[in-house]
Amino acid sequence: MSSYLRPTELDEALQALAAGDRIIVAGGTDFYPARVGKPVDEDILDVTAIDGLRRIEPRGDHFHIGATATWTDLIRADLPDWFRAMKQAAREVGGVQIQNAGTIIGNICNASPAADGVPGLVALDASVVLGSVSGEREVPITEFVLGNRKTARKPDEMVLGLNIPVCGTDAKSAFLKLGARKYLVISIVMVSAVLEKAADGTVERLRIAVGSCSEVAKRLTALEADLVGKPADGGLAALVTEDHIAPLSPIGDVRGSAEYRSDAALTLVRRAIAELTE
Amino acid sequence: MSISFNLNGKPAVTDAAPARRLAHVLREDLGFTGTKIGCDAGDCGACTVLLDGEQVCSCLVPVAQVADRDVTTVEGLASADGRLSELQQAFHEYGAAQCGICTPGMLMAAADMFKHNATPSDDQIMDAMGGVLCRCTGYNKIVDAVKHVVQPNGVDFVSPDAGGAMGARTLKTDGIQKVDGTELFGADVAPADALWARTIRSPHHSATFTLGDFDDLYKKWPGLERVFTAADVPGNNGYGIYPEIKDQPAFADGQVRFKGETVVALVGTHEAVYGIRDEDVPINYELREPLFGFAGLDDGAHQMHDANPGNILAHGYVKKGEAKSAMETADVVVEDSFVTGFVEHGYIEPEAGWAQRVGDRLEITVSTQAPYMDRDEVAQIIGIPNESVRIIPTACGGGFGGKLDLGVHPVIGVAAWVLNKPVRCTWTRIESMAASTKRHPSRITARYGCTKDGDLVAYDMSGDFNTGAYVSWGLTVKDRVPVHATGPYYVPHVEAATRAVFANETPAGAFRGFGIPQAAIAHDTLMDMMADEIGMDILEFRLRNAIRKGQDTATGQVLEYSAGLDQCLVALREPWQKARAAAEKFNAESDGVTRRGVGLGCMWYGCGNTSLSNPSTMHVGIAADGTVTLYSGAQDIGQGTNTTMMQVAADGLGIRMDQMELVWGDTDKTADAGKSSASRQAYVSGRAAMEAGQDLRGQILRLANVGDDASIEFGEGRLTVTEGDAVRVIDLSDLSDDKLHGNVLVGEATFDPPATPLDDMGQGNPYGTYGFGAQVAEVEVDVDLGTVKVLHVWAAHDVGAAINPTQVEGQVHGGVAQGLGLALMEEYLPGRTENLHDYLIPTFGDVPPIDVYLIEDPEPTGPYGAKGIGEPALIPTPPAIFGAIHHATGVRMKQAPATPDRVRAAILAAQGEK
Repeated sequence: MSSYLRPTELDEALQALAAGDRIIVAGGTDFYPARVGKPVDEDILDVTAIDGLRRIEPRGDHFHIGATATWTDLIRADLPDWFRAMKQAAREVGGVQIQNAGTIIGNICNASPAADGVPGLVALDASVVLGSVSGEREVPITEFVLGNRKTARKPDEMVLGLNIPVCGTDAKSAFLKLGARKYLVISIVMVSAVLEKAADGTVERLRIAVGSCSEVAKRLTALEADLVGKPADGGLAALVTEDHIAPLSPIGDVRGSAEYRSDAALTLVRRAIAELTE
Repeated sequence: MSISFNLNGKPAVTDAAPARRLAHVLREDLGFTGTKIGCDAGDCGACTVLLDGEQVCSCLVPVAQVADRDVTTVEGLASADGRLSELQQAFHEYGAAQCGICTPGMLMAAADMFKHNATPSDDQIMDAMGGVLCRCTGYNKIVDAVKHVVQPNGVDFVSPDAGGAMGARTLKTDGIQKVDGTELFGADVAPADALWARTIRSPHHSATFTLGDFDDLYKKWPGLERVFTAADVPGNNGYGIYPEIKDQPAFADGQVRFKGETVVALVGTHEAVYGIRDEDVPINYELREPLFGFAGLDDGAHQMHDANPGNILAHGYVKKGEAKSAMETADVVVEDSFVTGFVEHGYIEPEAGWAQRVGDRLEITVSTQAPYMDRDEVAQIIGIPNESVRIIPTACGGGFGGKLDLGVHPVIGVAAWVLNKPVRCTWTRIESMAASTKRHPSRITARYGCTKDGDLVAYDMSGDFNTGAYVSWGLTVKDRVPVHATGPYYVPHVEAATRAVFANETPAGAFRGFGIPQAAIAHDTLMDMMADEIGMDILEFRLRNAIRKGQDTATGQVLEYSAGLDQCLVALREPWQKARAAAEKFNAESDGVTRRGVGLGCMWYGCGNTSLSNPSTMHVGIAADGTVTLYSGAQDIGQGTNTTMMQVAADGLGIRMDQMELVWGDTDKTADAGKSSASRQAYVSGRAAMEAGQDLRGQILRLANVGDDASIEFGEGRLTVTEGDAVRVIDLSDLSDDKLHGNVLVGEATFDPPATPLDDMGQGNPYGTYGFGAQVAEVEVDVDLGTVKVLHVWAAHDVGAAINPTQVEGQVHGGVAQGLGLALMEEYLPGRTENLHDYLIPTFGDVPPIDVYLIEDPEPTGPYGAKGIGEPALIPTPPAIFGAIHHATGVRMKQAPATPDRVRAAILAAQGEK
């Protein structure tokens, strides 16, 4: 008989993980779809009753997103303008039903190449806070999501939350998701971008991540470097070239061919930049 | 440990395992079946409930998480005295519920929205409800119903007077249960003590196999009653829709021909049959090289069925005149090839039902489109007379052709018969997609020729249709396509040849249109190309060639009545011209990335079975107490047959519709009204229902010894018949109640549409009547991404006479939505898209506003002039969209679906050519 643990205290949860393998469940929006018509017989740790894990709040030089904060919590949270891309991504995760139950942390732990939340978090240089009975550690999201369905979480650890470094007050962000229908769609390509401008109107810092075009959402660092110092105006998007997209390694699947993904990624990267420099 | 929560304001307790899905606890443990399950994966939203006032998919909520919280289901929407909420009433009145399976989810999503926003915009409505899929309505009437709650628009629905039901927007007779959560579908009706059956399906496309020893399974799982295999089938281990071909095994016997085929079935407790993992069932497969697509035609391909050399099931052929030589006389000849893929029906209700043995009879309660065909199919599998099987249909949560073939029936039938215990089964979404039939993939090459003045000269086409692993409806498709191949135009010379080809893929069967939607992409794209070549307006070119009364079809059938394509095109002329001009203006001012286009598609479709007898029989009875009942075997699959049959029967009898009862579907209580397919129910069964009512009226008038113009007043236990000043009262208790179902008088009628066989050249009169239609689609194409958004559709359909305009509009909306899906996003790939997140059907945001123009060119053999609309509505949409893409971009799409990657590739290829 499988065991189902739903503690209210974090310590209890971490001790349970230390005692043996458990599947961690929060919103259930990835857990149950993987078990259609199949037995649910694993030992489960339900983290949704743990006190204090659902917060989205500023903490000094960063913002914190708690382990059980839902997409809807994010949409409703009072956050600076540069969170717009993350909020936009949240609105495109499934339907409202999924947004009400699914968590941002669950999205990164599920580690799908098409995870809607990951490009935005990669672009924001988010880091992941992991906890276990032996303590906490914090790793950059790019070192947390390692591949398709693969993360750096050890079996005795649980993700406690995300830390997102504060951006400049006039920073802006954009999120574009390409799918074959309007709602409930898994992305073919996603782009999330954050722009911070210098006082003279040039690009001080631009961070761009592309999702669904590699195992893990990928930053286009060469492109970012090339655009620093360039005027952040209507001409900026045109500076993006095919070479800038080359670091992506898309695959072909039921949603689109590899060639198409590269082609669409170029278009979406340009559009994201155009949106930020309007 | 038990879990307590508030359910619709009342305390509820469950001892369910904490990880059990809330949806399952609500339905199976607590009996709240109003919440529906469409996918168990959060992809469809049918199971939407409110948790602390916010919408969630109850299939994704571990019941542990609702402890001490508030759960609201559809059963909690009406007031305590059962009065519908404003929202439910609006759904009922607007026809927002067709089959009703998604309705609880829709209502809950809307209820959640109204908690946050009392005055939502259209976009906000769609954003809030976008997590629920509907396959019937095309969403238009759902949005209308929700908007009515925001801003009542004063539409008044009244019950029509006696004799006034035909043509009235009457409410659905079964509409209230579809909005209050009491409607019972296939998964809602099994008794609590029923055993569960779960099918173990082939994970391979093609293999031979042997079964291992099941002893270990029995030892480990005491709740496993029995593993059923091919050896357990008491009768014939085969089924198929044609009387002479029963080629699909109920249980595979030593070989499997497609991934998803039934190999064995586990029957026992829910815990046991769902606790056993597929891989723990000992089946040893020896893989064979599968034949995909049309590979079965290649030299050296293995033979899938002994009876079909070369893997060709059959050829279809129609020849009128001399198309090949006539083509040489045409001024303009266009030729091209077109490809379409498998399309999944995507009804939101997966196959479900239960069976029990009652003495020497077997009763199956099941979601179906074809009660009598089910009966006869099951009887030969069990090896008992047809009359020994009783099919009791439940409400059907969408069919579209997919619930014509057997679903759960063979497994539950065999198991209940052998075990003599009730057995239930509900397919998962994955099973439903893997095992149910699909639309035939096609490849068509065709040539069309016309004169420079725009008169059609000849059509010459050949097409292959992948019928998958088994016959299913392959013979119908290969026959229907050549008959309709030209499109709804007068063409002097026609040659059309088809082949149905086997493959190691899901059986292709019946899906709204039986191959005609595939053929329409070919003929109507070529029509556009000819019009462009000769410089004629696309609509005027079609209007010039629209087949009219007195002209003969490709099979030589002269149309005598009801051929309203020309009227459809005239109705669309203004929106067509305006939209074309607006699109061209938009493009002239556009940056070149966003471009608009407007296209046109036309269709025709023979109502009823092709060249076959397909009668419907209906009864209307009156009992001694005065109760009048229509006994209708015409299965309502959401299209509204329960209501339309009542309308025409009531008018036939001359009674108010709401004074009449309905008994439907049950094969022990209703006569055979054929299948709910081939757009035949309104036309064929409708005619029988009307005449059954008329027959009863005639009997009453004769009893009263009065003439045809007399009026009848239906009272308790008596009838008052008035003719002029003469009044006669018939005391019904004076009459013998020995008539059918204990009635004292019974009207009966059978209608079989006039049709004749086709000869070797495909000549004959295959149908009693044809539906006609035309649609204009306006699209916006993102040239850089290849995405296509349909902005608007104008749909004109000649339905002979609209029995119920609300329902006809609903059929058109739903057909357009499915046609849009076929055109732009839907392609089933066996083994790869067996769920509703990889297989995409249109959502709220994908289906545009649809303007419906009802054209009524009456059909004298139909009830009060009516003919079918179910399938016609889907057929012109894909070519209209493809034409619109061409108008926008100059690119001709020749493969469906025109997914973003394909559209973009075509645009890049065209740019490369420049």
